[in-house]
Amino acid sequence: MARLLFFGKLGDIAGGRARDFPLGAANTVSALKAAIAKGDPVLGDALAAASVRCIVNEEMTHGDAAITDDDEIAFMPPVSGG
Amino acid sequence: MIRVLETPFDLNREIAAFNARAGAAGAVVTFSGAVRGAAGEARVDALELEHFPGVTERSIAAIEAEARERWPITDIDIIHRVGRLAPGEPIVLVCVAAAHRREAFEAADFLMDYLKTKAMFWKKESRSDGETWIEPRAEDYKDAARWKESK
Repeated sequence: MARLLFFGKLGDIAGGRARDFPLGAANTVSALKAAIAKGDPVLGDALAAASVRCIVNEEMTHGDAAITDDDEIAFMPPVSGG
Repeated sequence: MIRVLETPFDLNREIAAFNARAGAAGAVVTFSGAVRGAAGEARVDALELEHFPGVTERSIAAIEAEARERWPITDIDIIHRVGRLAPGEPIVLVCVAAAHRREAFEAADFLMDYLKTKAMFWKKESRSDGETWIEPRAEDYKDAARWKESK
């Protein structure tokens, strides 16, 4: 199972900041988003926003990035420090 | 030195320590930001800050490295709070030491613009009219974009 992390408002929408998720056939970030959207369309819509960035195993990545069940995949809305 | 703290910090003590350590450079600029007590008409009861441990610290380190490339800085301290903060509590402290004031002012200004728009924090206001996640304002992105043009 992959470890999913949701930061900021995405954590509220997901109903939790972390969850384990079986990737099944979803072997890219885009496919993972589609798989999440099937079970939770509201979260799926939030993840589809262009402003949401994805970090796999603490490295910034893109939609085509390959992922496996051993990975930690973090979804991040726009940041706001200071 | 970069610190992301779960607990309150003492502004005066941190600024004094920085001056004691780095003040001999000649110019020290410090900026501190505190939690605002109001958002428009609404009263702010608390601000909650989230971060991504490890990744957030690295995002700040990248910002510091960029500042050091642009200006001849002798020392930098960046302290940023996470967790639940009350209005008036310090949330961020940036200290910059350099030989002359101009580069210290500019570097501190740059560091704050980038901390606002690039450092990995997420903050939620608990207000008298509900809870709201804060995203950078258009002005914040505009402020950060200034540094692309100038150097």
